[in-house]
Amino acid sequence: MNPLRALLAALAVSVALVLQVSVFPYVAWQGVVPNLVLLVVVGAAVVRGAQFAMVLGFAAGVLLDLAPPADHVAGRWALAFVLVGYVAGRVAQHGRPTATTVLATVAASSFLGTSLFALSGLVLRDPPLTIPDLLQVVLVSVVWDVVLTPFVLPLVMTMFHRIEPERAVQ
Amino acid sequence: MRRPDLGRERRWRTDVGSSGQPPRALVVALVLACATLMTLDRSTGDSSPVDGARRAMGEVYGPVEVGAAGAVRPFVAIPEWFRSRGDMRDEIDELEAENAALRSSVNTSGYDRNKLAEYDGLTAAAGTLGYALVPARVVGMGPSQSFSSTVTIDAGASSGLSPDMTVVNNDGLVGRVLRVTRTTATVLLVIDADSVVGGRVGDSMEIGMLHGRGVLGDEGRLDLELIDQSVVPARGDSVVTWGSESGAPYVSGVPVGSISKVFANVRDGSQRAVIDPFVDFGALDLVGVVVPSGTESDRAVIEADGSLQ
Repeated sequence: MNPLRALLAALAVSVALVLQVSVFPYVAWQGVVPNLVLLVVVGAAVVRGAQFAMVLGFAAGVLLDLAPPADHVAGRWALAFVLVGYVAGRVAQHGRPTATTVLATVAASSFLGTSLFALSGLVLRDPPLTIPDLLQVVLVSVVWDVVLTPFVLPLVMTMFHRIEPERAVQ
Repeated sequence: MRRPDLGRERRWRTDVGSSGQPPRALVVALVLACATLMTLDRSTGDSSPVDGARRAMGEVYGPVEVGAAGAVRPFVAIPEWFRSRGDMRDEIDELEAENAALRSSVNTSGYDRNKLAEYDGLTAAAGTLGYALVPARVVGMGPSQSFSSTVTIDAGASSGLSPDMTVVNNDGLVGRVLRVTRTTATVLLVIDADSVVGGRVGDSMEIGMLHGRGVLGDEGRLDLELIDQSVVPARGDSVVTWGSESGAPYVSGVPVGSISKVFANVRDGSQRAVIDPFVDFGALDLVGVVVPSGTESDRAVIEADGSLQ
Protein backbone atom coordinates (compact mmCIF):
# COMPACT_ATOMS: atom_id res chain seq x y z
CA MET A 1 0.00 0.00 0.00
CA ASN A 2 1.79 3.13 -1.16
CA PRO A 3 1.18 6.61 0.34
CA LEU A 4 -1.05 7.69 -2.55
CA ARG A 5 -3.39 4.75 -1.98
CA ALA A 6 -3.42 5.34 1.75
CA LEU A 7 -4.29 8.96 1.02
CA LEU A 8 -7.21 7.87 -1.16
CA ALA A 9 -8.53 5.60 1.60
CA ALA A 10 -8.16 8.46 4.11
CA LEU A 11 -9.98 10.77 1.70
CA ALA A 12 -12.89 8.32 1.37
CA VAL A 13 -13.19 8.11 5.16
CA SER A 14 -12.98 11.91 5.51
CA VAL A 15 -15.68 12.51 2.91
CA ALA A 16 -17.91 9.97 4.68
CA LEU A 17 -17.27 11.67 8.03
CA VAL A 18 -18.07 15.19 6.78
CA LEU A 19 -21.25 14.03 5.01
CA GLN A 20 -22.31 12.19 8.16
CA VAL A 21 -21.72 15.18 10.43
CA SER A 22 -22.70 18.16 8.29
CA VAL A 23 -25.14 16.99 5.60
CA PHE A 24 -27.12 14.01 6.86
CA PRO A 25 -28.38 15.67 10.09
CA TYR A 26 -30.88 17.46 7.84
CA VAL A 27 -32.54 14.12 7.08
CA ALA A 28 -31.82 12.46 10.43
CA TRP A 29 -34.58 10.42 12.03
CA GLN A 30 -34.63 10.81 15.82
CA GLY A 31 -31.12 12.23 15.48
CA VAL A 32 -29.82 8.97 13.99
CA VAL A 33 -27.95 9.37 10.71
CA PRO A 34 -26.56 6.71 8.37
CA ASN A 35 -23.10 5.65 9.53
CA LEU A 36 -21.23 6.27 6.28
CA VAL A 37 -17.82 5.70 7.86
CA LEU A 38 -18.96 2.22 8.87
CA LEU A 39 -20.11 1.58 5.30
CA VAL A 40 -16.64 2.53 4.01
CA VAL A 41 -15.04 0.08 6.45
CA VAL A 42 -17.44 -2.70 5.42
CA GLY A 43 -16.75 -1.95 1.73
CA ALA A 44 -13.02 -2.25 2.38
CA ALA A 45 -13.56 -5.52 4.23
CA VAL A 46 -15.61 -7.04 1.41
CA VAL A 47 -13.02 -6.11 -1.22
CA ARG A 48 -9.74 -6.42 0.68
CA GLY A 49 -10.37 -8.78 3.58
CA ALA A 50 -10.22 -8.54 7.34
CA GLN A 51 -6.60 -7.45 7.83
CA PHE A 52 -6.83 -4.29 5.75
CA ALA A 53 -10.33 -3.50 7.02
CA MET A 54 -9.25 -3.74 10.65
CA VAL A 55 -6.42 -1.26 10.16
CA LEU A 56 -8.66 1.08 8.17
CA GLY A 57 -11.40 0.61 10.78
CA PHE A 58 -9.03 1.61 13.55
CA ALA A 59 -7.93 4.74 11.71
CA ALA A 60 -11.49 5.68 10.75
CA GLY A 61 -12.70 5.06 14.29
CA VAL A 62 -10.02 7.29 15.81
CA LEU A 63 -11.02 9.98 13.31
CA LEU A 64 -14.69 9.69 14.29
CA ASP A 65 -13.68 9.77 17.98
CA LEU A 66 -11.63 12.94 17.66
CA ALA A 67 -13.10 15.08 14.87
CA PRO A 68 -15.63 17.69 16.05
CA PRO A 69 -18.29 17.56 17.38
CA ALA A 70 -17.34 14.24 19.04
CA ASP A 71 -16.95 14.41 22.81
CA HIS A 72 -17.17 10.81 24.00
CA VAL A 73 -14.20 8.84 25.35
CA ALA A 74 -11.74 8.44 22.47
CA GLY A 75 -11.14 4.90 21.22
CA ARG A 76 -14.74 3.69 21.43
CA TRP A 77 -15.56 3.96 17.73
CA ALA A 78 -12.05 2.69 16.95
CA LEU A 79 -12.73 -0.50 18.92
CA ALA A 80 -16.17 -0.90 17.32
CA PHE A 81 -14.76 -0.49 13.79
CA VAL A 82 -11.86 -2.91 14.43
CA LEU A 83 -14.51 -5.51 15.27
CA VAL A 84 -16.56 -4.52 12.21
CA GLY A 85 -13.51 -4.89 9.98
CA TYR A 86 -12.78 -8.32 11.46
CA VAL A 87 -16.31 -9.68 11.19
CA ALA A 88 -17.11 -8.20 7.78
CA GLY A 89 -13.78 -9.43 6.43
CA ARG A 90 -14.41 -12.97 7.69
CA VAL A 91 -17.98 -13.06 6.36
CA ALA A 92 -17.02 -11.66 2.97
CA GLN A 93 -14.13 -14.04 2.26
CA HIS A 94 -16.41 -16.91 1.29
CA GLY A 95 -16.52 -16.40 -2.46
CA ARG A 96 -17.49 -13.46 -4.61
CA PRO A 97 -19.80 -11.05 -2.80
CA THR A 98 -23.36 -10.94 -4.08
CA ALA A 99 -25.85 -8.15 -3.39
CA THR A 100 -27.51 -10.27 -0.71
CA THR A 101 -24.33 -11.14 1.16
CA VAL A 102 -23.19 -7.50 1.07
CA LEU A 103 -26.55 -6.34 2.47
CA ALA A 104 -26.44 -9.01 5.18
CA THR A 105 -22.84 -8.08 6.01
CA VAL A 106 -23.78 -4.40 6.32
CA ALA A 107 -26.75 -5.20 8.57
CA ALA A 108 -24.66 -7.46 10.82
CA SER A 109 -21.74 -5.02 10.92
CA SER A 110 -23.97 -2.06 11.68
CA PHE A 111 -25.69 -3.92 14.50
CA LEU A 112 -22.41 -5.18 15.95
CA GLY A 113 -20.56 -1.90 15.56
CA THR A 114 -23.23 0.34 17.10
CA SER A 115 -23.93 -2.21 19.85
CA LEU A 116 -20.26 -2.50 20.78
CA PHE A 117 -20.02 1.29 20.86
CA ALA A 118 -23.07 1.42 23.14
CA LEU A 119 -21.74 -1.37 25.35
CA SER A 120 -18.36 0.31 25.78
CA GLY A 121 -20.34 3.37 26.83
CA LEU A 122 -22.21 1.33 29.44
CA VAL A 123 -18.93 -0.07 30.78
CA LEU A 124 -17.25 3.34 30.91
CA ARG A 125 -20.44 5.11 32.14
CA ASP A 126 -20.07 7.55 29.22
CA PRO A 127 -22.85 8.69 29.15
CA PRO A 128 -25.17 6.86 31.58
CA LEU A 129 -28.10 5.74 29.42
CA THR A 130 -30.72 3.02 29.66
CA ILE A 131 -30.76 -0.16 27.58
CA PRO A 132 -34.10 0.59 25.76
CA ASP A 133 -32.73 3.95 24.59
CA LEU A 134 -29.57 2.28 23.31
CA LEU A 135 -31.48 -0.52 21.61
CA GLN A 136 -33.77 1.90 19.78
CA VAL A 137 -30.83 3.87 18.38
CA VAL A 138 -29.04 0.65 17.36
CA LEU A 139 -32.07 -0.63 15.43
CA VAL A 140 -32.73 2.69 13.68
CA SER A 141 -29.09 2.90 12.63
CA VAL A 142 -29.18 -0.63 11.19
CA VAL A 143 -32.19 0.36 9.06
CA TRP A 144 -30.43 3.55 7.90
CA ASP A 145 -27.25 1.72 6.96
CA VAL A 146 -29.09 -0.98 5.02
CA VAL A 147 -31.12 1.66 3.15
CA LEU A 148 -27.97 3.55 2.17
CA THR A 149 -26.05 0.39 1.16
CA PRO A 150 -27.19 0.26 -2.52
CA PHE A 151 -26.00 3.84 -3.01
CA VAL A 152 -22.74 3.81 -1.09
CA LEU A 153 -21.28 0.29 -1.16
CA PRO A 154 -20.92 -0.06 -4.98
CA LEU A 155 -18.98 3.24 -5.03
CA VAL A 156 -16.74 2.27 -2.13
CA MET A 157 -16.10 -1.24 -3.44
CA THR A 158 -15.26 0.03 -6.93
CA MET A 159 -12.84 2.52 -5.40
CA PHE A 160 -11.02 -0.11 -3.33
CA HIS A 161 -10.88 -2.41 -6.40
CA ARG A 162 -9.42 0.37 -8.53
CA ILE A 163 -6.73 1.53 -6.14
CA GLU A 164 -5.30 -1.96 -5.62
CA PRO A 165 -6.86 -4.57 -7.94
CA GLU A 166 -4.07 -7.09 -7.44
CA ARG A 167 -4.77 -7.32 -3.71
CA ALA A 168 -8.54 -7.60 -3.91
CA VAL A 169 -9.83 -10.81 -2.35
CA GLN A 170 -11.60 -12.90 -5.01
CA MET B 1 -10.43 -3.70 -15.24
CA ARG B 2 -7.31 -5.88 -15.01
CA ARG B 3 -7.92 -9.38 -13.68
CA PRO B 4 -6.02 -10.20 -10.49
CA ASP B 5 -2.77 -12.05 -11.13
CA LEU B 6 -3.14 -15.57 -9.70
CA GLY B 7 0.45 -15.86 -8.45
CA ARG B 8 0.24 -12.66 -6.47
CA GLU B 9 -3.15 -13.59 -5.19
CA ARG B 10 -1.80 -16.87 -3.84
CA ARG B 11 1.04 -15.05 -2.13
CA TRP B 12 -1.49 -12.64 -0.59
CA ARG B 13 -3.59 -15.54 0.59
CA THR B 14 -0.66 -17.18 2.36
CA ASP B 15 0.13 -13.79 3.80
CA VAL B 16 -3.11 -13.71 5.73
CA GLY B 17 -3.21 -17.44 6.48
CA SER B 18 -5.04 -20.15 4.60
CA SER B 19 -8.42 -19.33 6.14
CA GLY B 20 -8.11 -15.58 5.52
CA GLN B 21 -7.73 -15.00 9.22
CA PRO B 22 -5.82 -11.81 10.05
CA PRO B 23 -2.63 -12.30 12.10
CA ARG B 24 -3.39 -12.64 15.79
CA ALA B 25 -0.67 -10.09 16.62
CA LEU B 26 -2.48 -7.44 14.56
CA VAL B 27 -5.81 -8.13 16.27
CA VAL B 28 -4.20 -7.90 19.70
CA ALA B 29 -2.25 -4.77 18.78
CA LEU B 30 -5.33 -2.92 17.46
CA VAL B 31 -7.53 -3.86 20.41
CA LEU B 32 -4.78 -2.84 22.83
CA ALA B 33 -4.37 0.45 20.99
CA CYS B 34 -8.10 1.15 21.42
CA ALA B 35 -7.97 0.21 25.10
CA THR B 36 -4.94 2.44 25.65
CA LEU B 37 -6.67 5.35 23.95
CA MET B 38 -9.78 4.90 26.09
CA THR B 39 -7.78 4.65 29.31
CA LEU B 40 -5.68 7.67 28.38
CA ASP B 41 -8.75 9.78 27.63
CA ARG B 42 -10.80 8.50 30.55
CA SER B 43 -8.30 8.69 33.39
CA THR B 44 -6.36 11.86 32.69
CA GLY B 45 -9.40 14.12 32.72
CA ASP B 46 -9.17 17.71 31.54
CA SER B 47 -5.46 17.84 30.77
CA SER B 48 -5.69 14.68 28.68
CA PRO B 49 -3.19 14.39 25.81
CA VAL B 50 -6.17 13.32 23.71
CA ASP B 51 -7.50 16.87 24.02
CA GLY B 52 -4.60 18.18 21.96
CA ALA B 53 -5.38 15.63 19.28
CA ARG B 54 -9.05 16.64 19.37
CA ARG B 55 -8.10 20.28 18.88
CA ALA B 56 -5.77 19.42 16.01
CA MET B 57 -8.53 17.38 14.35
CA GLY B 58 -10.88 20.29 14.87
CA GLU B 59 -8.50 22.68 13.14
CA VAL B 60 -8.46 20.36 10.12
CA TYR B 61 -12.05 19.14 9.95
CA GLY B 62 -13.80 22.21 11.37
CA PRO B 63 -13.32 24.37 8.26
CA VAL B 64 -14.28 21.40 6.07
CA GLU B 65 -17.52 21.01 8.02
CA VAL B 66 -18.18 24.75 7.71
CA GLY B 67 -17.65 24.44 3.95
CA ALA B 68 -19.87 21.37 3.61
CA ALA B 69 -22.67 22.89 5.68
CA GLY B 70 -22.40 26.10 3.65
CA ALA B 71 -22.64 24.14 0.42
CA VAL B 72 -25.72 22.23 1.58
CA ARG B 73 -27.52 25.15 3.22
CA PRO B 74 -28.85 26.69 -0.05
CA PHE B 75 -30.55 23.39 -0.90
CA VAL B 76 -31.98 22.98 2.58
CA ALA B 77 -33.21 26.57 2.43
CA ILE B 78 -34.91 26.26 -0.97
CA PRO B 79 -38.41 26.30 0.57
CA GLU B 80 -37.49 29.50 2.42
CA TRP B 81 -36.53 31.31 -0.78
CA PHE B 82 -40.15 31.47 -1.74
CA ARG B 83 -40.93 33.33 1.46
CA SER B 84 -37.98 35.69 1.87
CA ARG B 85 -35.04 37.10 -0.06
CA GLY B 86 -32.76 35.42 2.42
CA ASP B 87 -30.05 38.06 2.32
CA MET B 88 -27.76 39.36 5.02
CA ARG B 89 -30.18 42.06 6.14
CA ASP B 90 -32.75 39.42 7.03
CA GLU B 91 -30.20 37.57 9.06
CA ILE B 92 -29.29 40.68 11.04
CA ASP B 93 -32.97 41.48 11.63
CA GLU B 94 -33.51 37.95 12.79
CA LEU B 95 -30.64 38.17 15.25
CA GLU B 96 -31.80 41.54 16.56
CA ALA B 97 -35.23 40.06 17.11
CA GLU B 98 -33.62 37.10 18.81
CA ASN B 99 -31.73 39.36 21.15
CA ALA B 100 -34.81 41.40 21.99
CA ALA B 101 -36.94 38.30 22.50
CA LEU B 102 -34.32 36.82 24.76
CA ARG B 103 -34.20 39.87 26.98
CA SER B 104 -37.96 40.23 27.11
CA SER B 105 -38.44 36.58 27.94
CA VAL B 106 -36.03 36.97 30.83
CA ASN B 107 -38.09 39.91 32.05
CA THR B 108 -41.49 38.30 31.56
CA SER B 109 -40.71 34.84 32.89
CA GLY B 110 -42.32 34.28 36.23
CA TYR B 111 -39.63 36.01 38.26
CA ASP B 112 -40.61 37.63 41.46
CA ARG B 113 -40.62 41.34 40.54
CA ASN B 114 -38.85 42.55 43.65
CA LYS B 115 -36.16 39.94 43.37
CA LEU B 116 -35.73 40.86 39.74
CA ALA B 117 -35.26 44.53 40.54
CA GLU B 118 -32.80 43.63 43.25
CA TYR B 119 -30.98 41.31 40.93
CA ASP B 120 -30.91 43.81 38.10
CA GLY B 121 -29.62 46.44 40.45
CA LEU B 122 -26.82 44.18 41.56
CA THR B 123 -25.75 43.21 38.12
CA ALA B 124 -26.03 46.79 36.86
CA ALA B 125 -23.86 47.91 39.75
CA ALA B 126 -21.33 45.30 38.83
CA GLY B 127 -21.40 46.58 35.28
CA THR B 128 -22.22 43.18 33.87
CA LEU B 129 -25.84 43.73 32.95
CA GLY B 130 -25.10 43.80 29.25
CA TYR B 131 -23.97 40.63 27.59
CA ALA B 132 -23.14 40.60 23.94
CA LEU B 133 -23.96 37.82 21.49
CA VAL B 134 -21.71 36.44 18.76
CA PRO B 135 -23.98 34.95 16.07
CA ALA B 136 -23.02 31.54 14.73
CA ARG B 137 -24.50 28.71 12.71
CA VAL B 138 -24.55 25.00 13.49
CA VAL B 139 -22.41 23.23 10.89
CA GLY B 140 -22.14 19.73 12.32
CA MET B 141 -24.24 17.54 14.61
CA GLY B 142 -23.03 14.49 16.46
CA PRO B 143 -25.12 11.46 15.47
CA SER B 144 -27.39 9.81 18.04
CA GLN B 145 -25.28 6.68 17.49
CA SER B 146 -22.57 8.39 19.51
CA PHE B 147 -25.08 8.83 22.36
CA SER B 148 -23.78 12.31 23.12
CA SER B 149 -25.48 15.54 22.09
CA THR B 150 -22.82 17.85 20.74
CA VAL B 151 -22.75 20.21 17.76
CA THR B 152 -20.09 22.15 15.88
CA ILE B 153 -20.65 25.88 15.28
CA ASP B 154 -18.85 28.04 12.75
CA ALA B 155 -17.40 30.59 15.19
CA GLY B 156 -14.18 30.00 17.07
CA ALA B 157 -11.35 31.67 18.93
CA SER B 158 -10.97 34.28 16.19
CA SER B 159 -14.56 35.41 16.85
CA GLY B 160 -13.83 35.88 20.54
CA LEU B 161 -15.08 32.51 21.80
CA SER B 162 -13.47 30.49 24.55
CA PRO B 163 -14.51 27.35 26.47
CA ASP B 164 -17.34 27.58 29.03
CA MET B 165 -19.37 30.26 27.31
CA THR B 166 -23.17 30.07 27.24
CA VAL B 167 -24.87 29.30 23.92
CA VAL B 168 -28.48 30.43 23.38
CA ASN B 169 -30.92 30.86 20.53
CA ASN B 170 -34.14 32.83 20.29
CA ASP B 171 -36.07 30.12 22.17
CA GLY B 172 -33.73 29.73 25.12
CA LEU B 173 -30.68 27.91 26.44
CA VAL B 174 -28.84 25.68 23.95
CA GLY B 175 -25.71 24.64 25.83
CA ARG B 176 -22.14 25.64 26.55
CA VAL B 177 -18.90 25.78 24.60
CA LEU B 178 -16.68 22.77 25.32
CA ARG B 179 -13.60 23.58 23.24
CA VAL B 180 -12.69 25.99 20.50
CA THR B 181 -10.45 25.89 17.48
CA ARG B 182 -9.49 28.95 15.47
CA THR B 183 -12.67 28.96 13.36
CA THR B 184 -15.06 26.49 15.00
CA ALA B 185 -16.27 25.49 18.43
CA THR B 186 -17.82 22.34 19.89
CA VAL B 187 -20.98 22.92 21.95
CA LEU B 188 -22.35 20.52 24.57
CA LEU B 189 -26.15 20.67 24.38
CA VAL B 190 -28.06 20.87 27.68
CA ILE B 191 -29.89 17.62 26.84
CA ASP B 192 -26.61 15.67 26.80
CA ALA B 193 -26.47 13.11 29.60
CA ASP B 194 -23.23 14.68 30.86
CA SER B 195 -24.74 18.16 31.06
CA VAL B 196 -25.69 19.66 34.43
CA VAL B 197 -27.16 23.18 34.62
CA GLY B 198 -28.26 25.11 37.67
CA GLY B 199 -31.95 25.94 37.20
CA ARG B 200 -34.43 28.15 38.99
CA VAL B 201 -38.19 27.68 38.86
CA GLY B 202 -39.51 31.06 37.77
CA ASP B 203 -42.61 31.14 39.98
CA SER B 204 -41.18 29.92 43.27
CA MET B 205 -37.51 30.97 42.85
CA GLU B 206 -36.55 27.49 44.05
CA ILE B 207 -33.21 26.30 42.73
CA GLY B 208 -32.21 22.88 41.52
CA MET B 209 -30.05 20.96 39.10
CA LEU B 210 -31.04 20.23 35.52
CA HIS B 211 -29.66 16.96 34.17
CA GLY B 212 -29.81 16.10 30.47
CA ARG B 213 -31.44 12.83 29.49
CA GLY B 214 -29.32 12.36 26.40
CA VAL B 215 -32.02 11.80 23.80
CA LEU B 216 -32.27 13.99 20.73
CA GLY B 217 -35.36 14.53 18.62
CA ASP B 218 -38.89 14.71 19.94
CA GLU B 219 -37.96 13.17 23.26
CA GLY B 220 -35.29 15.69 24.22
CA ARG B 221 -35.98 16.11 27.94
CA LEU B 222 -34.30 17.45 31.05
CA ASP B 223 -34.73 16.31 34.63
CA LEU B 224 -34.90 18.90 37.41
CA GLU B 225 -33.97 17.94 40.95
CA LEU B 226 -34.78 20.66 43.44
CA ILE B 227 -32.36 21.29 46.28
CA ASP B 228 -35.21 21.95 48.71
CA GLN B 229 -36.90 18.57 48.52
CA SER B 230 -40.07 19.66 50.30
CA VAL B 231 -41.16 21.94 47.45
CA VAL B 232 -43.46 20.51 44.82
CA PRO B 233 -42.94 22.30 41.49
CA ALA B 234 -46.11 23.05 39.53
CA ARG B 235 -46.73 21.87 35.98
CA GLY B 236 -46.25 24.57 33.36
CA ASP B 237 -43.84 26.64 35.44
CA SER B 238 -40.92 27.88 33.41
CA VAL B 239 -37.35 27.23 34.46
CA VAL B 240 -34.49 29.66 33.91
CA THR B 241 -30.76 29.30 34.56
CA TRP B 242 -29.60 30.61 37.91
CA GLY B 243 -26.17 31.29 36.52
CA SER B 244 -22.64 30.69 37.64
CA GLU B 245 -19.99 32.88 39.13
CA SER B 246 -18.80 35.45 36.53
CA GLY B 247 -21.18 33.99 33.96
CA ALA B 248 -19.21 30.85 33.12
CA PRO B 249 -20.30 28.36 31.99
CA TYR B 250 -23.88 29.62 32.24
CA VAL B 251 -25.15 33.19 32.52
CA SER B 252 -28.24 33.69 34.66
CA GLY B 253 -31.83 34.22 33.61
CA VAL B 254 -31.83 32.36 30.29
CA PRO B 255 -35.10 30.45 29.81
CA VAL B 256 -34.55 26.69 29.61
CA GLY B 257 -37.96 25.02 29.46
CA SER B 258 -41.26 24.40 31.18
CA ILE B 259 -42.17 21.68 33.67
CA SER B 260 -44.19 18.97 31.95
CA LYS B 261 -44.33 16.23 34.60
CA VAL B 262 -43.57 15.92 38.30
CA PHE B 263 -42.61 12.65 40.00
CA ALA B 264 -42.34 12.14 43.73
CA ASN B 265 -39.71 9.69 44.89
CA VAL B 266 -41.45 7.76 47.66
CA ARG B 267 -38.23 6.36 49.08
CA ASP B 268 -36.37 9.58 49.92
CA GLY B 269 -39.22 12.05 49.55
CA SER B 270 -37.50 14.07 46.83
CA GLN B 271 -39.21 15.58 43.80
CA ARG B 272 -38.12 15.05 40.22
CA ALA B 273 -39.60 17.24 37.52
CA VAL B 274 -39.32 16.59 33.78
CA ILE B 275 -38.59 19.75 31.80
CA ASP B 276 -39.70 20.23 28.22
CA PRO B 277 -36.98 22.46 26.72
CA PHE B 278 -38.02 25.56 24.75
CA VAL B 279 -35.32 24.91 22.14
CA ASP B 280 -36.00 22.42 19.33
CA PHE B 281 -32.70 20.54 19.40
CA GLY B 282 -33.53 18.55 16.27
CA ALA B 283 -33.59 21.72 14.15
CA LEU B 284 -30.80 23.88 15.55
CA ASP B 285 -29.37 26.39 13.13
CA LEU B 286 -28.78 29.99 14.18
CA VAL B 287 -27.39 30.37 17.70
CA GLY B 288 -25.75 33.14 19.72
CA VAL B 289 -22.76 32.74 22.00
CA VAL B 290 -22.81 34.98 25.07
CA VAL B 291 -19.54 36.92 25.29
CA PRO B 292 -18.50 39.78 27.59
CA SER B 293 -19.52 43.17 26.24
CA GLY B 294 -16.81 44.72 24.11
CA THR B 295 -15.22 41.43 23.01
CA GLU B 296 -12.84 41.63 20.03
CA SER B 297 -14.37 39.59 17.23
CA ASP B 298 -13.92 39.08 13.50
CA ARG B 299 -17.67 39.31 12.95
CA ALA B 300 -20.51 41.60 14.00
CA VAL B 301 -21.24 41.32 17.74
CA ILE B 302 -24.78 42.08 18.92
CA GLU B 303 -24.63 44.22 22.04
CA ALA B 304 -27.22 44.04 24.81
CA ASP B 305 -28.97 47.21 23.61
CA GLY B 306 -29.51 45.63 20.20
CA SER B 307 -26.78 47.58 18.39
CA LEU B 308 -24.27 45.91 16.14
CA GLN B 309 -20.61 46.38 16.83
